[in-house]
Amino acid sequence: MSAHPRTWKRPPVLVHDRRLRWGLGVGALVYLVLAISSVEIDGARIAEGLDRGWRFVEGFLTPDFTSRWRDISRGLVESLTMTLTSTIAGVLLAVPVGIGAARNLAPLPVYLVCRSIVAVSRSLQEIIVAILFVAMFGFGPFAGFLTLTFATIGFMAKLLAEDIEDIDEAQAEAVRATGASWWQLVDYAVRPQVMPRLIGLSLYRLDINFRESSVIGIVGAGGIGATLNTAIDRYEYDSAGAILLIIIAIVMFAEYSSGFVRRRVE
Amino acid sequence: MSASTPLEAHAPRTWRHRTLGQRLAAWTGWLALVALAVWCWQVMTADTIWAFVADAPRQAADLGARMVPPAWSYMDRLWVPLWDTLNIATLGTLLGIAIAVPVAFLAARNTAPSRVFVRPVALFVIVASRSINSLIWALLLVSIIGPGLLAGIVAIGLRSIGFVAKLLYEAIEEVDVRQVEAVTATGATRAQVLNYAIVPQVLPAFFGIAVFRWDINIRESTILGLVGAGGIGLQLQASLNTLAWPQVTLIFIVILATVVVSEWVSARVRHAII
Repeated sequence: MSAHPRTWKRPPVLVHDRRLRWGLGVGALVYLVLAISSVEIDGARIAEGLDRGWRFVEGFLTPDFTSRWRDISRGLVESLTMTLTSTIAGVLLAVPVGIGAARNLAPLPVYLVCRSIVAVSRSLQEIIVAILFVAMFGFGPFAGFLTLTFATIGFMAKLLAEDIEDIDEAQAEAVRATGASWWQLVDYAVRPQVMPRLIGLSLYRLDINFRESSVIGIVGAGGIGATLNTAIDRYEYDSAGAILLIIIAIVMFAEYSSGFVRRRVE
Repeated sequence: MSASTPLEAHAPRTWRHRTLGQRLAAWTGWLALVALAVWCWQVMTADTIWAFVADAPRQAADLGARMVPPAWSYMDRLWVPLWDTLNIATLGTLLGIAIAVPVAFLAARNTAPSRVFVRPVALFVIVASRSINSLIWALLLVSIIGPGLLAGIVAIGLRSIGFVAKLLYEAIEEVDVRQVEAVTATGATRAQVLNYAIVPQVLPAFFGIAVFRWDINIRESTILGLVGAGGIGLQLQASLNTLAWPQVTLIFIVILATVVVSEWVSARVRHAII
């Protein structure tokens, strides 16, 4: 280049090769055209729905807590009890699996078994697990409890295992040097290092489990989701709005209080 | 660590990690938790029919026998729903991002036009979108705009707003202040500061978040059909309703494969970006 360019052009951000950049752009455009053309938009149905949409907005702004309060409170109690019991059961089961899935504590066969438990539990979505458990155990919160417990195991065990693998080896070395057994090693070297984060993660999972418990009711696993599903099916948008507001309020409360506790513990 | 002085005459003979008071408090706390859990368990299982639960192993064996082998021939009818699922996730992510970006700039402390009026509204939008699962959004939208892909796309979009906006506004709040000051010092307008000082700094984070959310959305869009919002979930619902378990097995396998592939793609892309 003989002279300095007179104008400044912002350099490309991600893809530096020009042809590749154009290729990606054209590819994205072609995909978008294909994808959007495959979406059927029924104008008449939407126009008809707008009225309902407006009624929903109205219902959301003027929620009706009273007329379905029995159903709502029942669903809420199911959801909350399901959330707490499944989180506790899940964490209790996740601790041994998590220890087993930590390469620095477990021998290889145990490690592989525990890692596959984690992989299975994490790759199956809650809804799908809930469908299977409802088919096996019948409708109601017990199936929901099992679903959430199952999901909690994979989540907690994976994070716990990663945490254990990241511990300060010097402390474990020091405890081992005193002639401690494996149990003493876990108790005195590992537990103090991972306990604060374990408590923090459990609270986070409590939060997630409540959110999930509001969904799995749709496939019959109990909880507030079932109540919400009924309310929407009956076009009772004011009750649905009330349920949604309750869910939002509880999630916000759980998020703030668990954040507060986590900051104190960690 | 307790603050007791080691020179005290009657120091305990054996070492304890915590003082008696601390241990008592901890035990009381755990006891309360156990009591609460037991109580919750009793409330929850009050209506459980234990005969069904006892019957579960037999049911599971029965179900297992019905579910294998998967109905491989059904695959022919799954390609179109799979394409729909991909579209729901991708278009939904794009829709969510389009709304989330302005919301994120309104919610970040350093770019919000007004901390008293605009920021709380933006934060409420984020919390509301995050706390309602996409399946619930889909349930609502199907009843409002009718079943189909559009309801799924909008549901995924609405749900993505909170996630993308939250991570993005946190990234915006963490930008390097010196670059912003440097651009401001050239006499740039607010829009120019945004464009030349803040956007380049958050762009990598933005692409990472977008791909991450796309991956989650693929996962979520596979089940939206359960409530009628299009995609492979519609086939799942139809097969479940007709108790066609071999087809259900095949759909589970397809969903699992889709999720694994999308996770792999997103991991590769994020690795390339960051």
